[in-house]
Amino acid sequence: MNANSLEPEHWVDRYADYLYNYARARVNDAELAKDLVQDTFIAGLQSAPHFKGNAAERTWLVAILKRKVIDQYRRANSQKGQAEVRMEFSPHLEESGNWLEQMAADPDSTLENDAIENEELGLAIQRCLTVLPERQARVFTMKTIQGMETEDVCKELGINPSNLWVMIHRARTALMECLNQVWFN
Amino acid sequence: MISCEQATTICHKSQYREAGWGERFQLWLHLLHCRGCSRFSLRNRKLTDLCNQASLRQLSTREKDAMKRRLQEGKAP
Repeated sequence: MNANSLEPEHWVDRYADYLYNYARARVNDAELAKDLVQDTFIAGLQSAPHFKGNAAERTWLVAILKRKVIDQYRRANSQKGQAEVRMEFSPHLEESGNWLEQMAADPDSTLENDAIENEELGLAIQRCLTVLPERQARVFTMKTIQGMETEDVCKELGINPSNLWVMIHRARTALMECLNQVWFN
Repeated sequence: MISCEQATTICHKSQYREAGWGERFQLWLHLLHCRGCSRFSLRNRKLTDLCNQASLRQLSTREKDAMKRRLQEGKAP
């Protein structure tokens, strides 16, 4: 018996959001990212007999998704005609006077770094959520990411508000702990 | 005076803007003299900020159900 085993029936609930965010950060197209996640699950199911149990389930699925993303880029590139590849310093070369200065990135600008950092932070949070008990992660997600009303969450999960706040408490404390390790170090 | 446990719950509620005026006042009073809860409250606030700042995207329940169905079909020979 391996230390790690696969439980495909829980894949969607446990990993779909994490994998989706992972894919979105790389392909920047919602539909495509969703398809890649679906393909990953199917491919995972097909190669499940080869799973050696050396890696955790999530890591293993991420490895499959990575391949899917790379394949996707290859396919997209091979469809591109050679004629389309044009190399110019800038599309508006004539208009710009002091072009070197204008084209170079502003080293003080943190805008693009912020966007990348927020992607990574999102992934770190999703990753921490995958190690929480499923119900806690669910309650936290419904409240925090989907912004649902307490009343609606309670109705959907059949719990009362004090149960909900206890679960929120456990989820948030575990997340703080987890983020301390994976984000602030 | 409210207990630490009550203070914690109010603290969580206020992360979701669900703590009433009276509750927030009680929490404020409690935090004045309770260092443990003050620290917790700061960290909790920080977590809320991080969650707001992060790009968190979600698949809808409908999309997930569709995925589950296709995964089921994939299992069938």
